[in-house]
Amino acid sequence: MIDRLIAFLVLLFARGKRRRTEPLDRLVPEAPAQRPWELVAAALLFLAMLSAAAFVPIYAIDSLGHIQTQLLGLSLGLAFAFVAAACVVFAKRLVPQETVVEPYPAPETEHEQERLGELVAESGDGLTRKRLLKFAGAGAGAALGAALLTPAASLGPFIDVAQLRKTAWRRGVRLVDDFGDPIPAKRVHVGSFLTAYPEGADHDALGSPLVVVRLRIQDLQLPEARAGWAPGGIVAYSKICTHAGCAIALYRAPLFEPTSSRPALVCPCHYSTFDPAAGGKVLFGPAGRNLPQLPLEIDGEGNLHAAGTFSGPPGPSWWGVRFR
Amino acid sequence: MIRRLVRYLDQRSGTAPLLRRALRYVFPDHWSFLLGEIALYCFVILVATGIYLTLFFDPSTAKTVYHGSYAPLHGVTVSQAYRSAVDLSFHTKAGLLMRQTHHWAADVFLVAIVLHLMRVFFTGAFRKPRDLVWYVGVAMLMLAILEGFLGYSIVDDLLSGMGLAIAYSVVMSLPVVGANIALLLWGSPFPGTSGFESRMYIAHVFVFPVLLVILITVHILSIAARHHTQFPGRGKTEGHVVGTPTFPGYVPRTLGLAFGVAAVLFLLGGLVQINPIWQWGPFETAQATNGAQPDWYLGWLIGGLRLMPGFDVSVGQYTLVPNPFWGGALFPLVVFAFLFAWPTIESRVTGDTDFHNLLDRPRDAPWRTAVGAAVFSWVAIVFFAGASDRVFVWLKISYSGQIWFFRGAAFVAPVVVFLFVRELCEELREGPQGSQGRVRIVEK
Repeated sequence: MIDRLIAFLVLLFARGKRRRTEPLDRLVPEAPAQRPWELVAAALLFLAMLSAAAFVPIYAIDSLGHIQTQLLGLSLGLAFAFVAAACVVFAKRLVPQETVVEPYPAPETEHEQERLGELVAESGDGLTRKRLLKFAGAGAGAALGAALLTPAASLGPFIDVAQLRKTAWRRGVRLVDDFGDPIPAKRVHVGSFLTAYPEGADHDALGSPLVVVRLRIQDLQLPEARAGWAPGGIVAYSKICTHAGCAIALYRAPLFEPTSSRPALVCPCHYSTFDPAAGGKVLFGPAGRNLPQLPLEIDGEGNLHAAGTFSGPPGPSWWGVRFR
Repeated sequence: MIRRLVRYLDQRSGTAPLLRRALRYVFPDHWSFLLGEIALYCFVILVATGIYLTLFFDPSTAKTVYHGSYAPLHGVTVSQAYRSAVDLSFHTKAGLLMRQTHHWAADVFLVAIVLHLMRVFFTGAFRKPRDLVWYVGVAMLMLAILEGFLGYSIVDDLLSGMGLAIAYSVVMSLPVVGANIALLLWGSPFPGTSGFESRMYIAHVFVFPVLLVILITVHILSIAARHHTQFPGRGKTEGHVVGTPTFPGYVPRTLGLAFGVAAVLFLLGGLVQINPIWQWGPFETAQATNGAQPDWYLGWLIGGLRLMPGFDVSVGQYTLVPNPFWGGALFPLVVFAFLFAWPTIESRVTGDTDFHNLLDRPRDAPWRTAVGAAVFSWVAIVFFAGASDRVFVWLKISYSGQIWFFRGAAFVAPVVVFLFVRELCEELREGPQGSQGRVRIVEK
């Protein structure tokens, strides 16, 4: 009953929309003339032409200077907008408006599925050692796959993870600034913040950059084993966050001691916050381990140099790294 | 003329019957069906502007001293990649227009994909026989996010480098093999060998676009093979599709949309600044800037990284699973696993394995709508947490207070949203516009 109702509806619907007056051999219903809308479409296309044509002189005139990009974008954007508007006029007013009803494709063709299965099954009828051939095929495929993947190993020294621990810092290496000049201890003031690198090493390696700050000696709460690491209250930590490898680019220095929070080194990526007075302990944020500290010494010329290497591996962690 | 062309083609390919069928393919009408098309046209603009950019961009990390027209960078040591990106913005005429349009198109591309995905989810369009289309679509979303990330990473400005440092630590955090994979991809410890830039570049301009083209083709062909879904209505049944034929009706409509998308993207590219890399400066490992935000489609990952409480899974003095794994790897994996698994979950739970050509209105499937809204709210909470530093700057709301709020909300909001949306659907169904009020013809 419902089937018939639908058939009736469909016929009625399709008829009403498509074939009211036109002769039977038309494929598309006749569209009534819409002369004003044709003019509108033509005008829009004309505007698009003007807009697009303006692109060339705008491109050519260098004296436009700083607004050239804006004008180029405006001209191209408006040209596209006018063409779009013309298309809409075409779609809504100038082409025949029709609503077509079409059956959905059959959900499945069971007969064909079976024939396909048969085709494959019958093609293998003559084989007597199917299991053997399957194993042989699988073996060949796996070996070939492994062979073809092997060149990917050239991408990087992926077995040697020990190199992730390497840094240029060892006893006696001088701290230098951006320009490669040594850093006198007296250049580091309480409340200031300095970036330093190992002399003669690659500045961009994860284990290189240091953040150096000076705290008052009475404020230091370093672990006992690090008692001599901060000459004159100057402490140095790896500048690379132990969470996600960004640079610790923020220093929260107390501006007015009675109300300020304690000094802190902060990473601007995910706001891991470390305590420079307490050996780089995590105060807040997602970092899972402390900031590695570098023991410092002041040499005969008053410059800072390393008294050893970091208290832990600098930079982000990985499976199996020893963090103390 | 047309007839001669058709005859020429038909005699050589026999495609006239196929073409005629294609020209009379039926497109059901609803505004929400256009979201996927918007994504498609964004992709076209991305390819076109992207090809233009490759003619000027130099993907090399070789160092050079900048002496271009942007005075604040004079004398700064930068990579060729960064210098060429700045130069194509300032020296190449129309270069900045193309670069900004490319960047805007990427952002709009992902907006369109995500909205399209939500439309398909909440109307049940992913059900048999279109579950394959859904899987391909979700795969394309993953590819598009990676492709966008690679795109702004190859420029080698400060934000690029910060993003790559984070990506590196997320890869490093993968259990057992993280460090090995990171060394394979980067070629050496961060910031990697000079080959890493070439790898990103070929992936961005060739591998990923080709994969996307293949998947888009599969996506569209498999829709066409089963025809579009439609909302129930007069004459629209499980057996019959009602709509506008490709030609003459639909072609001007979709061309209008295509040119409209192009218009918006070029107007944005010309008038609204995006990613002014000369202000960020070149990347150095020891540099980072405060208040940095990635492109919007990575906001949920930065949020995930920020929300995790600070701990590494460790045994004794050895780290096993570092913290970035949870927010940067597991969280997106869970979301994508949910999306991939949903068609199966739903048909298992409801026992519905039928073919569906008619869409549900969201209210007519309260359970699905509520689950979808809950998952979406969960991701949205984490997404907003990614912007909490900006909120701190604008509204002076304590950053750590916000983080604790979002940590709580990530657990509470999905439950509340689930209960609320389920109730809302039930209420709507009973209202005057509910399902009873609509003509709904079901064909056996």
